Amino acid sequence: MNSEPVNAYNKPSQLDRFEIRIAGFGGQGVVTIGRILGVAFTVHDRKNSVNTQSYGPESRGGACRSEIVMSDGDINYPYVRKADVFVCLSQTAYDTYIHDLKEDGLLLLDPNSVPTDSIDDGYKFYSIPAMELARQIGSVKFQNTVALGALYVLIKEHLNEESLRKAIAESVPRETLEENIKAFGIGLEHMKAHYAE
Amino acid sequence: MPNNRHIQPGVHYLQGSQACVEGAIIAGCRVYGGYPITPASEVMEHAALRIPQIGGRFIQMEDEIASACILLGASWGGAKAMTATSSPGFSLMQETISYGIMSETPLVIVDVQRPGPGQGYITTSQEDVMQARWGHHGEGSIIALAPASVQEMFEFTIEAFNLSEKWRTPVLLMAEETVAHMRERLIVPPLEEIRIVNRKKPQDLGIAPENYLPWGHDMVAPMANWGEGYNVNLIGLVHLEDGNVTKYDLQMHDACVKRFYHKIEDNVDTISQIETAHFEKCKHLVVCYGSVSRTAIEAVTEARKEHNLEIGYLRLKTLWPFPEKKLRSLIKKVDTIFVPEMNLGMMKHPITEALRDRCRKIISIPSLGSLHTPEYILSVIHEELK
Repeated sequence: MNSEPVNAYNKPSQLDRFEIRIAGFGGQGVVTIGRILGVAFTVHDRKNSVNTQSYGPESRGGACRSEIVMSDGDINYPYVRKADVFVCLSQTAYDTYIHDLKEDGLLLLDPNSVPTDSIDDGYKFYSIPAMELARQIGSVKFQNTVALGALYVLIKEHLNEESLRKAIAESVPRETLEENIKAFGIGLEHMKAHYAE
Repeated sequence: MPNNRHIQPGVHYLQGSQACVEGAIIAGCRVYGGYPITPASEVMEHAALRIPQIGGRFIQMEDEIASACILLGASWGGAKAMTATSSPGFSLMQETISYGIMSETPLVIVDVQRPGPGQGYITTSQEDVMQARWGHHGEGSIIALAPASVQEMFEFTIEAFNLSEKWRTPVLLMAEETVAHMRERLIVPPLEEIRIVNRKKPQDLGIAPENYLPWGHDMVAPMANWGEGYNVNLIGLVHLEDGNVTKYDLQMHDACVKRFYHKIEDNVDTISQIETAHFEKCKHLVVCYGSVSRTAIEAVTEARKEHNLEIGYLRLKTLWPFPEKKLRSLIKKVDTIFVPEMNLGMMKHPITEALRDRCRKIISIPSLGSLHTPEYILSVIHEELK
């Protein structure tokens, strides 16, 4: 919720369309990180964004997907056409969606779920052992926020860190906020430690 | 969401379903009766949270028939009332829609369409657009709106209530899974800038109870609520102006039904809204509605920019009453009209009826169970115009 003036969007278009797809198993929290990104982009960073997600049985155990299309201008087609970034947390998700990633798109994956030797040639990929790192905080349920921290490093030219932290605080249950912020930091630091800026 | 308050002016990030309920609350909706069904359950879920917070009544009914019927009682009791369902439930509500048309009851039904027939599936669809108009038994017209964004789920819900109050008739919000489930920016203007229409009442017009005709005085009769001292009948039979149903003759039948038919159909130009883009002097045209229009405008923009096609875009924001005259005055001569729809070509029929002599060809672009991609629409356009 935000009560700032509504004319905050009247600025010239800079970025036409930037597309992120997050996919994994239902229960890994991919829908939650999609929603957090949307709140960060739109409520706090004043950009336009559309968030869509899978629903029904697949979001509760099967293959699950969440998408964010972000733009400084209008967004018409609401789904991913060719993803700029693909966050992949399961092999099924990889097999289903890898061909929708742009040739120069960025792939972020959990190497314990998607063996890196199976990655198609040509894709630039980043590894984030999200489940393993989340376990260190005490629960695998924070793997999505670890992945979000890692994802942030890949998209930081489009999003303010402060906006994302605010969106996390507004979106996760209060009793898990501390762990979630910690998980976010772990993901972020892992990327900084393993990949040059 | 704060208790006892409307959604605050400013920027929000909501699902279409949530925006719909927030719009309903601002419009004055204080009764929600419903029965859950995918993909409309999020409307009910948010109504269950918000309607009681604002001092209204939320009731989970035993089925969709009861969910629609409660709107009749609530409305005649003086409340603005809404329910939401998806296509199989919408079928069950047709009888009440028919009753609402005859009894001229303001009420709003949201149909978050899913594919059929039968239970079909739980994905997205525009397969109820004909049922919206023709699903109810008997004559009488209907108003149906087709939102294409989270912002419009908010605005069109308010408009649906305004139209139902103004014209004393059921109004349908023909949403789809696409627009009900997506999350997107919602900008809520200051409340004083939002136009709210309330039904005309005999008290406001200085009509005394002894002179009150519940079906008279005007093309849209002033509506007294139960318990206000006015003689009020809720009737499903054809009736005279005073509500009498016993003195039946053909003249009375004709006058009764034609009045509420014409109050909508003769005002189609006021009620219906159209949006156009790249329209002036276009050689070809895409005519669309609902969330498909988001793909359509993307395809049209690309076709113009990258393939130099002189193709325009026209969106029906209002599906029914169908704006035939308005379309004919806007479209004098085009070559090909493309009609992408998430069905096998339903609105193509009234479009053809209106424009068959204004174009060379009308091409349906059907899709079952999923939103068209821009590539799909472009491929049909290129195939046809190559």
